[in-house]
Amino acid sequence: MKNLWLIAYLDLKESIRAKWFLVYSLVFGGLIALFFIVGVTESQVMGFSGLSRLLLMYIQITIIILPIFILITTVRSISGDRDNHILEYMLSFPISLKQYYWGKVIGRFITVYLPVVFAMLIAIIYGAIKGAEIPWAIFFLYTGLLFALSSAFLGIAFFISSFVKSSEVALGIAFFIWIFLLAFIDIALIALMMQQRFNEELIIGIALMNPMEIFRVAAISLFDPELTVMGPVAFYILDTISQMFFVLLSIVYPVLVGLLFAFLGFRIFTKKDLV
Amino acid sequence: MIKIKNLSKKFGSTLSLDDVSIEFHQNDSIALMGANGAGKTTLIRSILGYYHPNTGSVLVNGLDPIKERQEVLKNISFVPQLPPPIKLSIDELIDYIEGSANVKREQILHYANEMKLDIQFNMHKSFFKLSGGMKQKLLIAIALAGESNIIIFDEPTANLDPKARDDFYRLLDRKQNNKILLFVTHRLEEVEALVNREIYMDFGKVVSDEKI
Repeated sequence: MKNLWLIAYLDLKESIRAKWFLVYSLVFGGLIALFFIVGVTESQVMGFSGLSRLLLMYIQITIIILPIFILITTVRSISGDRDNHILEYMLSFPISLKQYYWGKVIGRFITVYLPVVFAMLIAIIYGAIKGAEIPWAIFFLYTGLLFALSSAFLGIAFFISSFVKSSEVALGIAFFIWIFLLAFIDIALIALMMQQRFNEELIIGIALMNPMEIFRVAAISLFDPELTVMGPVAFYILDTISQMFFVLLSIVYPVLVGLLFAFLGFRIFTKKDLV
Repeated sequence: MIKIKNLSKKFGSTLSLDDVSIEFHQNDSIALMGANGAGKTTLIRSILGYYHPNTGSVLVNGLDPIKERQEVLKNISFVPQLPPPIKLSIDELIDYIEGSANVKREQILHYANEMKLDIQFNMHKSFFKLSGGMKQKLLIAIALAGESNIIIFDEPTANLDPKARDDFYRLLDRKQNNKILLFVTHRLEEVEALVNREIYMDFGKVVSDEKI
């Protein structure tokens, strides 16, 4: 157990010093700053105003960029270490593969999750200072959703990292998965499938399997379900399933997806040649 | 003791180890030689438990290095041919080694000092930012600081200047008793004074094994 935390701690320290982490933090912190600078909190569009509008805009952008950020920074975690012989040296010490792998997962999770939540926290604090009404329900929902989305993509990234031999291939697979899942959110392919008169159960089923789509629908679930900006599948889901159940599903399901992929990655990591 | 029995390892269609059977005993100091692709690295990586063999077995002190990797690696120190670009600072790397292998920090500092490496001054520097020679000296100091009874060196003196090589030989001479020292090398003359056994490999097979 001691070694697990040691690995997590060292991975966290190493990541925080890396240039990608600086860019990563600046992107999410910068988004919030940008929203305040351009006066998003002072404007009103389609019934959204103040911090609610800011958080909604933040989460809509996060849907697109958070998965790819997590994938490209994490997917090289083990495969990169394997590529440049770090793994060969670090695993020559008597540390269990379980401690090494899960230590890396924990360390990387903290690294990718904290900046996105901190950015929201800064928005809340700054908004409170300016006297804006704090939308606590939205804040807590988004904190949970970001946790779930980070878990899902971190698990997928570790899964990829465990079986690829080179980090270039890992990056290629990461981009493919991101594009593939992005295509299956209902603003794109699913709308097309509806146009082509695919069976609606199939369309909803596909939508519900996609952690990005679940995240997107859950993020707007606290607002008026009549809004057309949601897209056809989102509207159908929110109209059919109770809000409470769907919010729970949107947090539990991506976490389970992440854990499943992380466990599969661990199985592969222990069963394959290490270097 | 290391006991390798009928070990074969294939990568795709390439047979890297071909039915290798060999034993290493206490007080063996071995020069493992052979051309590139002869199977030397595959052999030491199999001892370290990195590879799942296609056939055969490796036992280190009677234990399987894959199934009982922690127990096995408690008794092995390893110095790779090229120091890896570890991003951790030296201080963090030592923390990792202290935590995982129970090697005392003072011992690492002692051997670093013996290798004429000013480690205190560089403690917060990233390992990969050290010069090639400094990295190699630190890895040697770490390997010698452990109480392991098997030390594997993969071209250990490749990055060292003549003075550092002398320090390395002097320190090894003191640590040699009751251990297995395995040197993977292309130049026998570099370790000739330290070894009492020469093994040549070619095409994944042991082609010669002589006590000297």
